[in-house]
Amino acid sequence: MLQLGISRPRQFALIGLAGALVVSLAACAESDRGDGGGGEGGTFVFGAAGAPSNFDPFFASDGETFRVTRQMFEGLVGIKPGTAELEPELATAWEPSPDGKTWTFTLQEGVNFHDGTPFNADAVCKNFERMFNQTGAGATAALSYYWIENFGGFSDGANPSLYKSCTAENPTTVVLELTRFTARFPTMLSQDSFAMQSPQAMDEFGADDVTAQGDSFVFSEYARSHPTGTGPFTFGSYDEANGTIELQRNDNYWGEKAKLDRLIFRVIEDETARKQALEAGDIDGYDLPGPADWDSLQQDGFNLMIRDPFNILYLGITQRNNPALQNLKVRQALAYAIDRQSLVNAIMPENSEVAKEFYPSSVDGYADDVQEYPHDPERARQLLDEAGFPDLTVELWWPTQVTRPYMPNPQAIFGAIQEDLEQAGITVTPVSKPWAGGYLDQVEVADAQLFMLGWTGDYNSPANFIGTFFGTTENQFWTSGSPWGQELADALVDADSTVDAAQRETKYQEINRKLMAEYLPAIPLSHSPPAIVVASDVEGLVPSPLTKEEFATVSMSSSD
Amino acid sequence: MLRYAIRRVLQLALVVLVLSVLIFAWLRALPGGPVSALLGDRGTAEMRAELTEALGLNDPIFVQYFAFLGRAITGDFGTSTGVSPGKPALELFLERFPATIELGVAAILIALAAAIPLGYLAARRRGGWLDNAGIVVSMLGMSIPIFFLAFLLKYLLSIELGWLPTGGRQSAGIDATRITGFFVLDGLLTREWDAALDALKHLLLPAFALSSIPFAVIFRITRAAVIDVLDEDYVRTARSKGLTRRIIRDRHILRNAMLPVVTTVGLQTGALLSGAVLTETVFAWQGIGQALAIGFERKDFPVLQVVIIAAAMAYVLVNLVVDLSYAVIDPRIRAMQKVG
Repeated sequence: MLQLGISRPRQFALIGLAGALVVSLAACAESDRGDGGGGEGGTFVFGAAGAPSNFDPFFASDGETFRVTRQMFEGLVGIKPGTAELEPELATAWEPSPDGKTWTFTLQEGVNFHDGTPFNADAVCKNFERMFNQTGAGATAALSYYWIENFGGFSDGANPSLYKSCTAENPTTVVLELTRFTARFPTMLSQDSFAMQSPQAMDEFGADDVTAQGDSFVFSEYARSHPTGTGPFTFGSYDEANGTIELQRNDNYWGEKAKLDRLIFRVIEDETARKQALEAGDIDGYDLPGPADWDSLQQDGFNLMIRDPFNILYLGITQRNNPALQNLKVRQALAYAIDRQSLVNAIMPENSEVAKEFYPSSVDGYADDVQEYPHDPERARQLLDEAGFPDLTVELWWPTQVTRPYMPNPQAIFGAIQEDLEQAGITVTPVSKPWAGGYLDQVEVADAQLFMLGWTGDYNSPANFIGTFFGTTENQFWTSGSPWGQELADALVDADSTVDAAQRETKYQEINRKLMAEYLPAIPLSHSPPAIVVASDVEGLVPSPLTKEEFATVSMSSSD
Repeated sequence: MLRYAIRRVLQLALVVLVLSVLIFAWLRALPGGPVSALLGDRGTAEMRAELTEALGLNDPIFVQYFAFLGRAITGDFGTSTGVSPGKPALELFLERFPATIELGVAAILIALAAAIPLGYLAARRRGGWLDNAGIVVSMLGMSIPIFFLAFLLKYLLSIELGWLPTGGRQSAGIDATRITGFFVLDGLLTREWDAALDALKHLLLPAFALSSIPFAVIFRITRAAVIDVLDEDYVRTARSKGLTRRIIRDRHILRNAMLPVVTTVGLQTGALLSGAVLTETVFAWQGIGQALAIGFERKDFPVLQVVIIAAAMAYVLVNLVVDLSYAVIDPRIRAMQKVG
């Protein structure tokens, strides 16, 4: 034995001391395990790509948080599984006034929150008033993103708000008044942030106690450990030291009860590690497997489900920083130069489609007869000559350290676009920046020239795509500098405010035609389907084009 | 000795202060920032501007630094914006530190348990098969990237053989009691044997992967040190005095050869943290190495500040302990300190 100048009696003393310490620690330590609560429905372990930001859906805007909260919370309206279509959830019916500003919702009866608080019209109004009355940190886009994006301002009146009031007419009838009509209502209420939460739990655990502290935020006790909804699962625990979130079946659920006993989310940030965890049986499924792994996962017997595409990848054009880009013919030349079909065939995942316009054909207002730009480098050269820019030089920005469902391999996409542009005689200056390390910052304030970006739709509405991109003139494309920028923004507002559905459809189709023929503020590239993969013994998972899967229908055949 | 220790602790305070300035300025000089990380591709220019203002990121950097320092003195290091949003950065560090310590200690124990006996035997049988094999293995340990080793280990032992889990610290849903944050120890203390065994199984692969570099370094240092000591006069004298092999080995060879080894272990502790960034990421180990990796990706300034400063403190402290342990191992240093 190695001796470190400690005499033998001292060694014994030290060993004795260490032993005593362990024994006394063991005496203090006590297992606080419950009885385990085992059942027959089984446990489903899902590999999450990141930790949830908190458990209060109102203060969240990221997919990993919503994936968890969606299992515990429900909104007035929901999305029919496997589609992007609206369906009743906590409201069984809704009726607008003729001007579309007053909406009467009939509520589901016999529903309670997980803490026993009844769900009724009062609870609905308390939820909306809570959202509307946010101040300080709670009213910043980092926390109330979806409210700001959909309703605009808060009760302080600093910015106009879509929300006007909420009245509980009787326990099962609630009236929401808006300041104007928008075609996005009530579909926008299907977004996770507008889920109904227990007013009592929110009061008890200070749900609105969010503060900006230094250069970060502090969430409430409610958001961290007491989320209380009406959904098929209840919150169990968040073991941060082990990166696991556990939900349990809500046995008092008002609808069809979940089949699983427990639903566990295990945070595994690294994609390869998620795949290996699935292969080893440590988890039962994960989202967004890399397209390069699709074949091998299927060959290994896993159930890979490819969703319908509900996103858009576009080549953005910021007109401010290169005068040539202000010329429509130059922008059209760029569109002709890019071989989008080859891009989709060679780089994008299976079942991807070339994008003819800025949203998929399943969204309202899609026009079949927009101007198309088939690959034609000669036509591109000709247009550049006509525009007076035969030797065009452009910066092409692409992001590093990121993959998005609409952009699974940024570097390969960049390479393909660069090659196509150069074949059309365009000189490309590549600019690459880390996604959160300057790329988004600069692209969003219109510092780029050509850039790769995209969007995943939240719900079926053209306003959620082109309304978001071009609905104001202060945007990535710098449409404020275009003679048509305001006209486009006004047309989008007008279409969104049109109460008659048929008229609205016509208006959106017209906007799409103009977008592709006369404006071309960016070049739509592709719609690519994200996949989700589960083990072969997982049954009942319905993939959602909106990536909003609900796990209440899932069961494990191995637990039978 | 006490004066020496106090002087070193004061040096530590100075190191931390200077480091805090450097880290603070460096993080903010990097392109991008928490606003992009928080809003992602959904934030408009207007939302970005508003959030930048709300987070005080428009203030001059020295104003931001003194605000940070003022809060830090009261123990408030801000809350995480990316790793675990809303969680106090110091709390996050304290919660994750045991995970990294558990992993690091296991890795060092594996490295020591293998490297010292092998190094000693290799030196005693210089040129033999054990020596050659040891050198080859240590070269492999130095040269194989941790992520590749991790991939191989996981593929073989987890996916193909199914013996060990691929990652994490404990199986999901095991419902273990937490006391110290060291999961294996917690399982033993609470007599939740299944939880302890489960945590140990989770610990083995990442600890083995992380031990590869310290093993290689310690093996080589031990071998070289033992070779040097074997040629010393006092070893020859001890032999000629007729002392037993065991006493010669323990008191004269190993004890003298241990000085450079202890120094190396101290230095390897710092290297372990950089190794932990990779190992923890690959094995989904919820430690501070993983927090650093995610923190950089998401520009989580409060977490990065706390983790880097605290890790530097831990590194300096470990080396202080190493320096003090010289005195325990080597009576000459003890004597010099008494004289000084």
